[in-house]
Amino acid sequence: MSAAGSGGSADPLLEVRGLEVEYARNSGPVRVLDGVSLTIAPGESLGVVGESGVGKTVLVRAILGLLDPPWRVVSGTVSYREQNLLALPEAALRQLRGKEIALTTHEPRKHLNPVATVGEQMARVVQAHRPTSRADARARAVELLRLVGIPDPELRLQAYPHELSGGMCQRVVIAMALAHSPKLLMGDEPTAGLDVTISLQILDLMRDLVRDFHSSLLLVSRDLGVVAHYCQRVAVMYAGQLVEVADVPSFFAGAIHPYSRRLLRAAVAATSDRRGTLSQVGARAERGAACCPYAPRCPLRLERCTRESPPLESVAAARWVRCFRHAEITAGLEAP
Amino acid sequence: MGAPLLAVDALVKHFPLGHGRTVKAVNGISFQIERGEALGLVGESGSGKTTVGRCVLRLIDPTSGAIGFRGEDILGMTPEQFRERRRHIQLVFQEPYDSLNPRMRIGRILDEPLMLARRGAPSARLSRVHDLLDMVGLGRTFIDLYPHQLSGGEQQRVGIARAIATDPDLVVLDEPTSALDVSVRAEILDLLVDLQARLGFAYLFISHDLTAVRRVCQRVIVMYLGRIVETARTAEIFERPLHPYSRALLSSVLYPDPMKEQARFLLTGEIPSPIDLPPGCPLYARCPWARPTCDLSVPPLEALLPDRHVACFRAREENGIGAC
Repeated sequence: MSAAGSGGSADPLLEVRGLEVEYARNSGPVRVLDGVSLTIAPGESLGVVGESGVGKTVLVRAILGLLDPPWRVVSGTVSYREQNLLALPEAALRQLRGKEIALTTHEPRKHLNPVATVGEQMARVVQAHRPTSRADARARAVELLRLVGIPDPELRLQAYPHELSGGMCQRVVIAMALAHSPKLLMGDEPTAGLDVTISLQILDLMRDLVRDFHSSLLLVSRDLGVVAHYCQRVAVMYAGQLVEVADVPSFFAGAIHPYSRRLLRAAVAATSDRRGTLSQVGARAERGAACCPYAPRCPLRLERCTRESPPLESVAAARWVRCFRHAEITAGLEAP
Repeated sequence: MGAPLLAVDALVKHFPLGHGRTVKAVNGISFQIERGEALGLVGESGSGKTTVGRCVLRLIDPTSGAIGFRGEDILGMTPEQFRERRRHIQLVFQEPYDSLNPRMRIGRILDEPLMLARRGAPSARLSRVHDLLDMVGLGRTFIDLYPHQLSGGEQQRVGIARAIATDPDLVVLDEPTSALDVSVRAEILDLLVDLQARLGFAYLFISHDLTAVRRVCQRVIVMYLGRIVETARTAEIFERPLHPYSRALLSSVLYPDPMKEQARFLLTGEIPSPIDLPPGCPLYARCPWARPTCDLSVPPLEALLPDRHVACFRAREENGIGAC
């Protein structure tokens, strides 16, 4: 699975290989990421989906070298333009963060200093990677705020974060993320908690800016609707593993992994008035056990699935699935 | 049919901030819920929907207006009198974990409302707790667990079981699924539908999520900045929203299908502050249909079609509806 998660032929901008992350507990470490491999090509947008607790946020933070104990990267590489970020010293990482790779999360207020004005914080971001005079930094801040659709940007520079709505804070954080035209923009549920009419505005904004700057986008979301409309490829995570990687049209035409299928069914049911048949109270994922982590919940489980863990296999061009029964499921999808 | 189960009349709630400023959270709304009916109250943050729910439960006192429950004026009651009625109006919270006492086992959490309602001897109450756990699909093994041992969906099932423990007539659901994952959300919504069909209580379902309301409610009220902008039967609003804000809400639903081209009806800008309400239509600054005259006065809620009320000066023309 050398190219697992790879999109096309172009040299990847980012390549994550065999990433393993543990979380230390008194009772012993828990495997949080279990051999995650994926790539993002220049200009590509990849959606990473999964429910809460599957390891999406840890993946994003591991890429940026932001994991502190009790989290620990056990093995794997994160190559950004052919340098391994995991081996870089903190000072070198700081040069990349915010300049080459930027992050927006679902908690924009946590990114902002509550006792500094928007203007001070934005100027600091602008000056962080480039010597800039105060006047120029201010002018750049106004330009960025205008870019993300904030009305009266000169006035907003004086505002403190608590004086702004959640949507406004998220725009400010996105403006900061775009300050140095990053090559890779990562959004960790950037619209969670925002009103729906505002979230679409933010997602449109991120998509347009990524396109205009020829950047790549890694969008972490629980919402398959977001991925369907804002990403080209999708990677589904479950219990710290990628279980399916596909391009968006083929995935939504027919997901293969039983967990992907369940997610997709739930998303379709959630946006229609049809009733689903999803009840599975009590089943828990098996992490780090010698079995398929989805086996306890899987309706297609074989005896084998409880004894060994399936590999992420290439099942078609640019498509990978981690399931012993992928061939049967694919045949079922193709049957008339 | 006699009095409706719940009758909210000209409800206003303003929160004073000091310095003569007030947050105008709810600005004169009226609606009714019949027995056994599920009504959705939909709007984004700042629409006042949660404030309405809190007034109905008398967790806060409205500035003016009247609330009737089973024909009785609940605002005029003493706290003791209201406590007597309180078991007939129950609440399910948004954050299931925060709403459960972490030091109590599930059995105790469910027994508490029964005890407060003086529902018989401990043995009778225990059998009621068993029934409740069965009804919400958890099973009796949960009785000895603590809330932190449960998943979010299981915790919310406990929250629902607690709310229905005393056979209420009205259950207020305040964003009951927005803290849950998609697959769990669908299960909880289906459970709410099942319980209502079996037990016949009414719902006031407060949510920002029209698709959630669609599964559960027969009728929906859309709120914006403390006012009702549209009321309709749920199926009809999905087929043809008449108010521009309802239209924007519906076009914001991202269906999990990349091939489905969405008719985008986008609002611009931000929701105005409820402290400085615009003088005219609350949607004026964001609305693609707006004309300068829309900013002069607040559009009244008018019957545009049978059972369809819309507060928009432009709705008739933009939707091609002739005068009634």
